[in-house]
Amino acid sequence: MTEFRTERGGRVDRSRVLRFTFDGRAYTGFAGDTLASALLANGVQLLGRSFKYHRPRGLLAAGSEEPNALVTVIRDAARRTPNVRATTVELYDGLVAESQNRWPSLSFDLGAINNLLSPVLPAGFYNKTFMWPRSAWFALYEPRIRAAAGLGVAPTLPDPDRYAQRYAHCEVLVVGAGPAGLAAATAAAATGARVILCDEQAELGGALLAEPDTEIDGRPAGDWLAATVAALRANPRVTLLARTTAFGYFPHNNVGLVERLTDHLESPPAALPRERLWQVRAREVVLATGAIERPLPFPGNDRPGVMLAGAARTYLHRFGVRVGRRAVVVAGCDAAFQAAVELSRAGVAIAVIADVRAPGQVAGPGEQAARAAGLAVETNATVLGTRGRLRVSQVLLGRVGPDGAVTPGASHACDVVLMSGGYTPSVHLHSQSRGKLAYDDALGAFVPAAPAERTRSAGMARGVAGLAAGLDDGAAAGAAAAGAHAATHRHSSRGLDGGLAGRPGAPPQPAALVPPAKAFVDFQNDVTTRDLALARREGFESIEHIKRYTTTGMATDQGKTSGLNALAIVASESERRVPEVGLTTFRMPFTPVTFGSLAGVARGDAFDPVRRTPSHAWAAARGAVFEDVGLWKRARYFPVNGEDMHAAVNRECLAVRRGVGMFDASTLGKIEVVGKDAATFLNRLYINNWSNLGVQRSRYGILLRDDGFVYDDGVIARLAEDRFHVTTTTGGAARVFAMMEDFLQTEWTDLSVWITSTTEQWAVVAVQGPRARDVLARLVTDVDLSAAALPHMAVARGRIAGVPMLLFRVSFSGELGFEVNVPADYGAEVWAAIHEAGREFGITPYGTEAMHVLRAEKGYIIVGQDTDGTMTPDDAAVAWAIGKQKPDFVGKRSLERPTMKHPQRKQLVGLETLDPRIVLEEGAQIVATRDQRPPMKMIGHVTSSYHSAVLGRSIALGVVAGGRARSGETLYVPMPGGDIPVKVVSPVFYDREGARLNG
Amino acid sequence: MADMLKRTSPPVASRPWLAPLPAATRYSLRGGAEARAAVAAAFGVEPPTQACRAASRGARSALWLGPDEHLLIAPESDGATLATALPAALAGVPHSLVDVSHRQVAFEVRGPHAEWLLAHGCPLDLDVAAFPVGMCTRTVFVKAEVLLWRTADDRFRIETWRSFTDYVITLLAETALELPA
Repeated sequence: MTEFRTERGGRVDRSRVLRFTFDGRAYTGFAGDTLASALLANGVQLLGRSFKYHRPRGLLAAGSEEPNALVTVIRDAARRTPNVRATTVELYDGLVAESQNRWPSLSFDLGAINNLLSPVLPAGFYNKTFMWPRSAWFALYEPRIRAAAGLGVAPTLPDPDRYAQRYAHCEVLVVGAGPAGLAAATAAAATGARVILCDEQAELGGALLAEPDTEIDGRPAGDWLAATVAALRANPRVTLLARTTAFGYFPHNNVGLVERLTDHLESPPAALPRERLWQVRAREVVLATGAIERPLPFPGNDRPGVMLAGAARTYLHRFGVRVGRRAVVVAGCDAAFQAAVELSRAGVAIAVIADVRAPGQVAGPGEQAARAAGLAVETNATVLGTRGRLRVSQVLLGRVGPDGAVTPGASHACDVVLMSGGYTPSVHLHSQSRGKLAYDDALGAFVPAAPAERTRSAGMARGVAGLAAGLDDGAAAGAAAAGAHAATHRHSSRGLDGGLAGRPGAPPQPAALVPPAKAFVDFQNDVTTRDLALARREGFESIEHIKRYTTTGMATDQGKTSGLNALAIVASESERRVPEVGLTTFRMPFTPVTFGSLAGVARGDAFDPVRRTPSHAWAAARGAVFEDVGLWKRARYFPVNGEDMHAAVNRECLAVRRGVGMFDASTLGKIEVVGKDAATFLNRLYINNWSNLGVQRSRYGILLRDDGFVYDDGVIARLAEDRFHVTTTTGGAARVFAMMEDFLQTEWTDLSVWITSTTEQWAVVAVQGPRARDVLARLVTDVDLSAAALPHMAVARGRIAGVPMLLFRVSFSGELGFEVNVPADYGAEVWAAIHEAGREFGITPYGTEAMHVLRAEKGYIIVGQDTDGTMTPDDAAVAWAIGKQKPDFVGKRSLERPTMKHPQRKQLVGLETLDPRIVLEEGAQIVATRDQRPPMKMIGHVTSSYHSAVLGRSIALGVVAGGRARSGETLYVPMPGGDIPVKVVSPVFYDREGARLNG
Repeated sequence: MADMLKRTSPPVASRPWLAPLPAATRYSLRGGAEARAAVAAAFGVEPPTQACRAASRGARSALWLGPDEHLLIAPESDGATLATALPAALAGVPHSLVDVSHRQVAFEVRGPHAEWLLAHGCPLDLDVAAFPVGMCTRTVFVKAEVLLWRTADDRFRIETWRSFTDYVITLLAETALELPA
């Protein structure tokens, strides 16, 4: 027990002593303490160094608005959480915390030299000084300024914790579980509505948590609170969420909450995620977010020991902690007097209460109460400065005469200064929801005005002060939100009677009397009254510009304690009223949100779905190397005996050319197009003519976008007069399906045709090579596989290994080829059966890499590799596919534009290096002459490039301006090692006549 | 090779909150009132016209997925019968009937935490008042499309395209770590 801990009282559990360390020193606290209250109880006031000037800083507040006391909490090497507010860190046994932004130590910080240099570090200093040379900003100045002016250090190890995300729906979401929020939730729940009540603090209750002497409806507020929470908890339609911050208000009453599940636990169970992100869709929202006390910007107001008066009450009543021995109270609102009286009663000496309110500002009952308690009160006072190195030791008061002139007053020794400039309603969420704000002159703050969403504010969040009034306001808001009439019950209360109104801005501080001390407005970003005045003098009018120039309100606390004071100071400097200066936008998040909670489960292997084909396990068991194609895992090659990729691919290619290979083509998109207008539909979409395609025949199709550029390709088979089986590229399946559906629903509603995705209905095994027929003959029944009965591009239904099969005689290798389609649940066994049947023919499984080489040897394009979204069918050398007689197809009109027929468009060609051993880099540029200097005239680039085992040389495809007319010319590929000469050739390198295809 | 090979779909392990469901025969039916009437007779279940509702008789069900789209689900053993009966009933009627039996994998999320588990990936309101027994819809679970059908207060039938099954179950299992053992 230290002298700062009271003998009794507060909500801490004095039977549970918790050990913790701060900057390596061991302390103890109680269960129910925050790190801040426990440090205060140990007499520790110095908690950090300020952002820019490295000034010593202590606690300003007791809640999430705290701007100074940012610390790093450390569980282990990977769990270091920087920049958390000591006021929101719940103590647990063994907690380790460190201060930030100091070196070598908190009490002796070399960075504090910035404070001595501060006369030359005014607002905009960095912008003005480090502008030239421009390149040095990113390379030199910015990183160093960041290192010197800093926050905590992010951990370097991966985050080992899990983060959950969920959706939730309710009729009424109540944000804030203070008296107004509890009353709102109770009233809404009484109607049977589903209610979610969330609060950022560890306990529900808000202001009531620090009101031991207050009564509600004739009983102690603590009893009322316990009974109210118990009743809500017993209601299955009510969800109570403590430790849960509503951080963002998204459109249509979608509110983002972060629930912190384990940060307060000594040993978090492995079963629990660290945080849960809630996306709540609420029919109505009640914002009972309360208000935040304003500091007073007087010189030296940032010394450790200078804090908000309301925070001192909270530390006393909730945590049983006296914030000091002897206090000077600087009162800018009536509530400060109440704090003085209560602290005095608890044994804190009150040196003086300096009432800094301007004459004419209405004094409340606080002053009389303070005088009645025998406390010294000085009216018409101001503060001229404070003294003390690492903690405040003295306050210098001034006296404001009737003419406004200030004369120096007495000095008071103290170890704590309690200030209160009034309370600012927390309108953040209302403003985020695009609701309007109005300035309330009596309160001296902005309050919510017309909402843009189905939302309403209640209690002090809309300026309704006083406990009974806040309870009634909350109950009315809750009932209205649930669509019921307001309850007739009127709450009564004793204590907590308001006095929260003040005047934002700085008390009088004539420059002649004030030593060169800073009066801080934004504590976290080190912005002073002088910075704001300077910005005004330099011509900044708009608060948006002043904010960016001075950085006021731009720290991680987003100006919770400083925003209104900054506005009022700018208003007074420019002789405008506060509402005329305007407001900067309130942005989410209300308080910082971890990346983990936003990422949720989308990390590592679960970042995206990993799609596997039916043969995956077979391939994996044989050591296949996989590659990602869209979301799919596809076998890239099947190395044997320690082969590298080059050796494996060569072997796989030669096997297909000389014997037989098998390849998993299941990932190709498949769409069944059915209906009497199916052919008409495909005629309008694809460039080809489909009317003359016979049943049980297939054709290679090309799909363009409206702009005439190649979008997708694939083989399309006619299974019946009114039924087509369309295949698409693996990556294009979803977008081709969406394009078809789009045209069907919006453009061609006249057609009787429907589309169904069958991508995953079928497993597809491509069997390719001169022995392909021999292999299939062992397994296939009901189909005549002979070339006469089943020629190239024919389709047949039959059975393979006893299961139903759709058989395509197609080839993407240039060899005799078949593609076996079976219902996917049979895919794994059919794959194995084909492999087994092919054993005697040396059947070789091959992957996507060999598939690429084989098709390149034949000059077959891959959409997306050899095309790039700017190539016409003619550019891609597939213009032959266009149905010349068709009146229209998607993209046809675009192809008629002169630029689309320009002879110098880039066209697909084959490229052969003069040195057959050189394999070009895909993506390498092509130029017409050698030894060019940059900037070179680039006339094309390499799109595909491989070593061809069957040809014993390298081959490449590329696009070259006017390429087909350059056949036989030598061009150059400039590379770091020198120009590589290449000859322009036909893109078909192997079996130009296509004889093998028809084998 | 007369023997039919065995169907193998992506595995779904049984857990307190999860049960695999047997392989099924499935058809995607597209078409208007005439097609629905034809199917009603041949299939034995009238495809519902109320949005997002399923109708069942015995082991056969018809699920409304769109104004002109229904999913027909029947036991695997009915496959051969339906492969003949449905096209015969629909002959001459504008429609599309496509066998999607193997496209999807079905499993059941069940128990007192079913709604809670699904809320971790599905943005719909799953309260029984908003999503009653008999309601079905295509929706998402995190990044995967799923078909969600409430078959009892504490039971949901889920169908995913087969390659998404592993993803959906992995994420459900991660969420279920929080459940009491």
